[in-house]
Amino acid sequence: MGKDGHSRRDFIQTSVRASLFIAIGGLGALGASRATASHTVWQIDPFKCTQCGRCATECVMAESAVKCIHAYDICGYCDLCGGYLKPDANDRATGGENQLCPTAAISRNFIEEPYFEYVIDEALCIGCAKCVKGCTAFGNGSFHLQIRHDRCLDCNECAIARVCPSEAISRISIKKPYLIKGKFEVIPSVEPPKSSSKK
Amino acid sequence: MKILMKIVLVICLMWIVMPVSGQSQARFPKPEFDTGYVQPDPSTPEPRALAMDYFDVFVLILVLSLATYFAIRRRSRGGILLLSVFTLIYFGFFRNGCICSIGAIQNVALTLFDPNYSISLVALLFFIIPLLFTLFFGRTFCAGACPLGAIQDLLIFKPISIPVWLRKGLGLIPFLYLGLAVLFAATGTDFIICRWDPYVGIFRMDARFIMIVLGVAMLLIGLFVARPYCRFLCPYGVLLNWTSRFSKYHMAITPSSCINCKLCETSCPFDAIDIPQEQAPASARQSDLKKFLVYLLIIPLLMGAGAFIGYKSHVFLSKAHSDVYLAELLIKHPEVKNDIDNLDVQAFLSAGETLDTLVKKAGVIRAKFKTGSWILGAFMGLVIGVSLLAQTTHRKNDDYRPDKGNCYSCGRCMDYCPVEK
Ligand code: SF4
Ligand code: SF4
Ligand code: SF4
Ligand code: SF4
Repeated sequence: MGKDGHSRRDFIQTSVRASLFIAIGGLGALGASRATASHTVWQIDPFKCTQCGRCATECVMAESAVKCIHAYDICGYCDLCGGYLKPDANDRATGGENQLCPTAAISRNFIEEPYFEYVIDEALCIGCAKCVKGCTAFGNGSFHLQIRHDRCLDCNECAIARVCPSEAISRISIKKPYLIKGKFEVIPSVEPPKSSSKK
Repeated sequence: MKILMKIVLVICLMWIVMPVSGQSQARFPKPEFDTGYVQPDPSTPEPRALAMDYFDVFVLILVLSLATYFAIRRRSRGGILLLSVFTLIYFGFFRNGCICSIGAIQNVALTLFDPNYSISLVALLFFIIPLLFTLFFGRTFCAGACPLGAIQDLLIFKPISIPVWLRKGLGLIPFLYLGLAVLFAATGTDFIICRWDPYVGIFRMDARFIMIVLGVAMLLIGLFVARPYCRFLCPYGVLLNWTSRFSKYHMAITPSSCINCKLCETSCPFDAIDIPQEQAPASARQSDLKKFLVYLLIIPLLMGAGAFIGYKSHVFLSKAHSDVYLAELLIKHPEVKNDIDNLDVQAFLSAGETLDTLVKKAGVIRAKFKTGSWILGAFMGLVIGVSLLAQTTHRKNDDYRPDKGNCYSCGRCMDYCPVEK
């Protein structure tokens, strides 16, 4: 091929390059028109969660980023705590055989007659939701699961969200990274309008 | 014991009787404490600051610029090596391999197809910037700025040369992977690139067992088959390959002009060096031309066959989406409703959604899969056709030069060239 061949090839190269440039730029512009500068994080909506237990096992990390937290604000400080004691517990005591939590992560502290405070040791909690189930079924639902952002890797797609049977996990704005139970009338509006649930 | 049972019973009764509508009321009112007990607040540790994300974009641009400078200007393999160590440590081990440009394909796909999803600007930039660099300078992203590339590149031990037919054959996988990833992301089904990223578990030093096994296996394969993920899996590599072919300032093996000394011939662990080729004799060109025309005619057939296969597999593929899966399960086996161990079914039942709405939702998703699958099939047909077509064109070539599409600009071959500037 002579000089003509070369210049023809150069010409093709340049024009394809220009078209690719426009294509990539167009894709970028289209994306940018829909992009948010504000990042999102993954979070569990405690009102949707049905305590299936997958949070403990489906996180990409061996120790799940999901932990149980206690919304003291709505706790009844019950003596007979549905989240602390097994339904068939022999007695209202702190013996391991009476506790619902498989890792004994919850401690029961006497405050005053007849109230007890329940405190979760996050280091021990595995996010299995057993206590949440008990508390939601028999109590106020003050125990609930949350993705803890000091542990969460903020995966591109949360592995738990994919398998959550209640579609309780979605992207929410980083500005309000927690959906905490508590003041009931406030919480539902915390969800930003543009949050995208996966499905 | 009996007392306890009674209390439980009473509570259960209370629970049934009490209105829980809207969950607006606590069953047990918060007590008033006499002892001055103050209730603690639940802690809410902050997520990683957004500013750090933009810092990542800054680091990406910096590393890309340096990699480009080392590959094209300085022609320094050492510089690129240092950069890949840095990338491995920073984007790999420190940032846990997330977000990455490869995974960002899915965010972009989801943005294009789901109007409710808004991509984060950081993910968009991670997707766009390396492509733009590649369009001008070749795949310097692969050389120095990709953590997956870096971990593979640093662990090449005794690369074996892979025969062309096998390379081309396996080279079709990334196209399929890309197509499936886009299909699954666009339908909101799954982010398969992230889920099956073999190295991310190693970056995090924490993953499920199967992923660790996969990661270690890939690293072991990589000792002999250099960069196995990059070459035979990476879906972003498909896009980089296309753009790199038309790059303007791609690195060259020789600093001035090739003297055909053959010293670099086997230097590339990825078989990405084009060796000089004579102009084929007229007879061969004749038969090549015939083949070319035949393949050209075959392409529509391949595309049709692909579309057919894709269409046929859409029912199967759509089952990856949980709604479709659940709807089908409930229709085919209504008895699962009584299976208390089936979490998905139980959650569905307790949510109070009717089967009708679920089936409707599933229908919409399956329709999307129908369209997506035949397009994907036709696309694969086109890819196979074009790669056959490429076998028949032998361009005359006087020099040893990197094959721009497949070269990672790693710089190894440059050190073999005896020619001075
Ligand atoms: S997977 Fe979903 S329903 Fe199950 S415990 Fe986690 S948030 Fe709750
Ligand atoms: S029962 Fe499970 S979720 Fe609750 S505190 Fe224990 S480990 Fe955590
Ligand atoms: S985003 Fe990742 S790390 Fe965080 S909870 Fe989900 S799976 Fe676990
Ligand atoms: S720079 Fe040279 S050795 Fe490295 S991939 Fe490209 S052709 Fe192969």
